[in-house]
Amino acid sequence: MTLNIKYFGLIAEITNCNEETLDFSEGSGSCLLELLFQKYPALVGIDFQIAQDHKIISKNTMITGAELALLPPFSGG
Amino acid sequence: MGRYDRHIMLKEVGHEGQLELSNAKVLIVGAGGLGCPILQYLTAAGVGTIGIIDFDVVEISNLQRQILFKTSDIGINKALAAKKQLQDLNPTITIEAYPERLTSKNALQLCAAYDVVVDGTDNFVTRYLINDAVVKTGKPQVYGAIFKFEGQLSVFNYQAGPTYRCLFPTPPEAGSIPSCSEVGVVGVLPGIIGTQQANEVIKIILGIGKVLSGRLMIYNALQSSFTEIKLNKTVVEVFNKEEFLKFDYQMGNL
Repeated sequence: MTLNIKYFGLIAEITNCNEETLDFSEGSGSCLLELLFQKYPALVGIDFQIAQDHKIISKNTMITGAELALLPPFSGG
Repeated sequence: MGRYDRHIMLKEVGHEGQLELSNAKVLIVGAGGLGCPILQYLTAAGVGTIGIIDFDVVEISNLQRQILFKTSDIGINKALAAKKQLQDLNPTITIEAYPERLTSKNALQLCAAYDVVVDGTDNFVTRYLINDAVVKTGKPQVYGAIFKFEGQLSVFNYQAGPTYRCLFPTPPEAGSIPSCSEVGVVGVLPGIIGTQQANEVIKIILGIGKVLSGRLMIYNALQSSFTEIKLNKTVVEVFNKEEFLKFDYQMGNL
């Protein structure tokens, strides 16, 4: 399936884009992370949450949604 | 014409709402980029009691975005400098300045004394401290955080809704997410996010509209876009009161 992934904050700096489409065979959030870590090794060790169709999901959740987002925490104020 | 005339004209506010604002007590943690517009709008709106806690002093590099302060404030504690400017804006309200750090020793007492706690801090340690203190005291937390050209906004612990720990259960590794002082921030961004935090505070006090609870709003100033993410309550409580008071809030411990 084709996933549309949005990147925020530090994540978007690492991927060098705000969003992109990725081909993804099937699997959980962990499988998606594996794919992303392969493509962007600098993401390893960065804290973020995954949202699927605008809802936060765990790494065990199956990826079914067309739209994903990687959300890092922001500290600034 | 009265000071709050334009509010009173609104059917969503009226005389009754303006009275609710004047009876409300709001604590703002951090008088920085976010804190300045939050404080200015809540003061102008006539929130009756405003608490400001910040241990830091005004520096020249703050003036690019912390628009409450003047060049003559450099070197002065931010809570005290803010109080002076704000009291001139609205002498009819009470402003309490706390020129100190928020710690696990003073957080419960301070949060308990206010109706709403606004998170305008610039570090993860204080964000988790505020989270745990508002959960303990049952107060809503109006959250804002910024990174370069992006901002996050939400209302946590509102009517037993999701908390900051439901979004990010534990803090990132120390130093893995840079702060504004390390990577910069566009000056208007905290103005945009802080003004929205002030708006959420006013909605909470007046009980109008749809409070941004259970939702995280992310704003991108370069794209001029908003993204909304739904949040569920996943974390209930981390510490009991004794544990909280003893806990040493610092990175690595949280």
